[in-house]
Amino acid sequence: MQTESIIICGVGGQGILLASDILAEVCLEAGYDVKKSEVHGMSQRGGDVISTVRYGKKVYSPIIGENSADIILALEKLEALRNISYLKDSGKIIVNDYRWDPLPVASGLDSYPENVIEVLKSNVKNVYVVNGAELAEKAGSLRTMNVVLLGTLSLFLDFPKEIWIKVIEKKIPSKYLEINLEAFEKGRDIKI
Amino acid sequence: MKALLSGNEAVARGAWEGGVKVATAYPGTPSTEILEEIAKYKKDIYCEWSTNEKVALEVALGASYAGVRALTAMKHVGLNVAADPLFSASYIGATGGLVIVSCDDPGMHSSQNEQDNRHYARSAKIPLLEPSDSQEAKDFAILGFEISEEFDTPVLLRLTTRISHSKSIVELNVRRDIPIKGYKKDFSKRVLLPAVARERHVFVEERLRRLKEFAENFPFNRIEEGKSEIGVIASGVAYQYAKEVFPDAWFLKLSFSYPLPENLIKKFASLVKKIYIVEENDPFLETEIRAMGIKVIGKEKIPQIGELNPTILRRSLGFEKKKKIYDLPHIPKRPPALCPGCPHTPVYYALSRLKVIVTGDIGCYTLGALPPLNTTDSCAEMGASISNALGLEKALHGMEHPKVVAVIGDSTFLHSGITPLIDMVYNKGTSTVIILDNSTTAMTGHQDHPGTGRTLMGEETTKISLERLCKAIGIKHTYVIDPYDVKQTKEIINREIHRPEPSVIITNRPCVLLFRGKKWTPAIINQELCTGCKLCLKLGCPAISLRGDKLFIDEFLCSGCEVCIEMCPLKAIKLKDPQGETVKNPKS
Ligand SMILES: Cc1ncc(C[n+]2csc(CCOP(=O)(O)OP(=O)(O)O)c2C)c(N)n1
Repeated sequence: MQTESIIICGVGGQGILLASDILAEVCLEAGYDVKKSEVHGMSQRGGDVISTVRYGKKVYSPIIGENSADIILALEKLEALRNISYLKDSGKIIVNDYRWDPLPVASGLDSYPENVIEVLKSNVKNVYVVNGAELAEKAGSLRTMNVVLLGTLSLFLDFPKEIWIKVIEKKIPSKYLEINLEAFEKGRDIKI
Repeated sequence: MKALLSGNEAVARGAWEGGVKVATAYPGTPSTEILEEIAKYKKDIYCEWSTNEKVALEVALGASYAGVRALTAMKHVGLNVAADPLFSASYIGATGGLVIVSCDDPGMHSSQNEQDNRHYARSAKIPLLEPSDSQEAKDFAILGFEISEEFDTPVLLRLTTRISHSKSIVELNVRRDIPIKGYKKDFSKRVLLPAVARERHVFVEERLRRLKEFAENFPFNRIEEGKSEIGVIASGVAYQYAKEVFPDAWFLKLSFSYPLPENLIKKFASLVKKIYIVEENDPFLETEIRAMGIKVIGKEKIPQIGELNPTILRRSLGFEKKKKIYDLPHIPKRPPALCPGCPHTPVYYALSRLKVIVTGDIGCYTLGALPPLNTTDSCAEMGASISNALGLEKALHGMEHPKVVAVIGDSTFLHSGITPLIDMVYNKGTSTVIILDNSTTAMTGHQDHPGTGRTLMGEETTKISLERLCKAIGIKHTYVIDPYDVKQTKEIINREIHRPEPSVIITNRPCVLLFRGKKWTPAIINQELCTGCKLCLKLGCPAISLRGDKLFIDEFLCSGCEVCIEMCPLKAIKLKDPQGETVKNPKS
């Protein structure tokens, strides 16, 4: 098979690294070669974060450049827009319809674009919108938004559900496991 | 057993499997996790956060004297700090294996420059290993010790951000039992008096010749057969990018990349018609290979600035012309910011209200340079704030000029701020130094340091008092202040800058992130009283935002530091629960 490339992006603090860790571990469990990459450091302080996961029979590069991602999973919608050029022509965007103002916007120095979802749709054929905040709250905590989105992502990938559950059980502390499993299910309930 | 490890985790695992006894580092992205991971093996390995990289390398060298395997890790610029012992270590050699890990940062994701530390291997005349994934990172750490002992040399293991912070599959093994050679005095090797050093230089040049022969047969310098007449020479992560861009080419993968295997390279050149050299940043391989008289294509096409990736490589070589055009609105930037409740914020706010020159330093607080605080005039490298301030002050002497204030973090001060402060005392400087003591090395993910009272191995230890240290070196005016008290902070700074003597002001509030998981009582804004004057926005607090013409506080983000409460001229901001727990008033 061809190497699949998935980008997970959002805002520092949204649990992007945990989400991409889970995805990479699922790929490993499923028997694929896998590489994942992200940049630590400044991103922890509320900056934008991007993590890349690639899997297949043999993966060389841990990162991709423009025009190369099969799927972009965006935990925040402005970040989907920011990273759109990574997408392949045939690629898909799964976007959380969630707005987190960057500091320059919050302090009135810059403005957040209008109609982000429409802009995405007018530029890309395959856009799937998830209301992650609502589903995460229903699951028990806004903090599970990352796992809701993973649930939706899982619908587009060919891994058995048991592997996802097994890895989530391994990666998430038992105290928060139940609500995260619930969040994963909520993300999978979406019609695509 | 297989595991998915980052390059840094793999180096740590390699150190453990390879029988390391002593490991040292000063934190620095992208290298920090190496020692954090090694600390998990503290039963078998002595490990420490050293005061700075020079000390880290010297401690590791001392351990090597004793015949045990030692490793030290640092970010690329850390090796500048450790360059002095690096060159001496080359002459002294290694008794127990000595591996120096340098994590370079092409693209400057979190660094002040983009230096290519492979040059250090060449100038210090030591072998260089460049892994291209996590498996190699682990294997080369172990091989590094073997090469180090066989050739009596320190070994430079060079990673880059995309090796350090990418995960790939690694086969795990058990720890080897390495017999300890023990300490033997060896004057002619370790006492670098000129007479000894002259002998050692002869040894170093001879060692380099032998290392070159070794590189010819090093199994990880390998030729991979291709289907075309194109050959690619690559090392590190650039090899992976090139494998995607040239699926049919012949490859010479270089892993032992200094000194280079000249015969192997010449043999490779004879097998192909056209050679590309694919490497990140400087033309390190290219310069050496061109000097062998081989015609290659390299940096005239492939960018020298920034990171590479397969797309950049394809486009730079003209293999991919298409660049898709999107119809997008203006996308606001999302710069990192000081956290809500950060004790650095009020100090920068106070400074922004005074007419001063602020020489800055490196750490979270460098973000005080960004809008809306805009309160830093310079940021060069660690420790520079204090010496830069002295230079400015001396140069401006006799002219009308704003007062100079140096701002430095606690970890940075201990790393390299003490000697410049002594210089300021000695040479009669009068600048004011603010030490932002948040009881941690926050920028790199909260490591302990000599001022926190805890070691990397989790033990309690003597806590260096910054106040007493400053007094001991002759600072007569030393104050410890609560930064959340903006009024007092501003008053004290304003008083001290006018003093014709140096002063040190030390803040005393810990980093908010050290209280992980705590729920604070947030502040709230009374919408009836708020007139939308936006004064509170001048703090740059991520919890405060403007909606329409009113201000709001995000209760989820706010930690109740009360700084905005104090500032608001209309008294429109209050704690939601006046008795509640806040970062300013943490209970327990
Ligand atoms: C020579 C060198 N080593 C390491 C680093 C990485 N680094 C940048 S700032 C910093 C320390 C920050 O700690 P501190 O001064 O206490 O400030 P804080 O981030 O806690 O505000 C480190 C380790 C560097 N830039 N240069």
